[in-house]
Amino acid sequence: MTKSELIAELAAANPHLLGRDVEIIVGTIFDEITAALARGERVELRGFGAFTVKKRDARTGRNPRTGEAVPVDEKAVPFFKAGKELRERVNRGGKPARPVRERVVA
Amino acid sequence: MNTVTRAHLAERIYTQVGLSRNESADLLETVLDRLARSLESGESVKISGFGTFSVRQKGRRIGRNPKTGIEVPILPRRVLVFRPSQVLKAHVNGTAVPTGDEFAGDEE
Repeated sequence: MTKSELIAELAAANPHLLGRDVEIIVGTIFDEITAALARGERVELRGFGAFTVKKRDARTGRNPRTGEAVPVDEKAVPFFKAGKELRERVNRGGKPARPVRERVVA
Repeated sequence: MNTVTRAHLAERIYTQVGLSRNESADLLETVLDRLARSLESGESVKISGFGTFSVRQKGRRIGRNPKTGIEVPILPRRVLVFRPSQVLKAHVNGTAVPTGDEFAGDEE
């Protein structure tokens, strides 16, 4: 699925919204996550996952073609860790959850 | 360090689009659920300018309980991986944002 397919589906499911607004909604979500990470903040969406920024130290890399040593500067990389619920859903692959434990309703 | 949550994102949708706060929150949830359903079915999600979420199949391997040293089989499983796009990486580093035909998570 792509961003445009996501927008199209959301628009079809919400006929009362303008197509332009649906684009803004989807755009706002990813733009805000980007902006937060750019400020060095983390984004935590319970059940879905967390976006964080990880620091990578400077290191000496190598040009794989020539074998020449090249300095690689310190940098920051965006990182996503799936939340427990999403991780389990992906691993189950759409199969219904196994009843792990019965919850007793008092 | 500040943490951005659902409430912040919903608030941004509310101010950008002018829907009610409730509907903004519901739409955010719908988007997240739609992403989750796609990944659950094994289909990757490509958000241009942001990144690609994909599902990777891992084979069975022998692990070890680090505390007891006892070998335990790690069953085959499916895991989620996120590859940030060049645009997102640039934003995080405060460097020039690449332009042109950049597509979600495709690089090198």
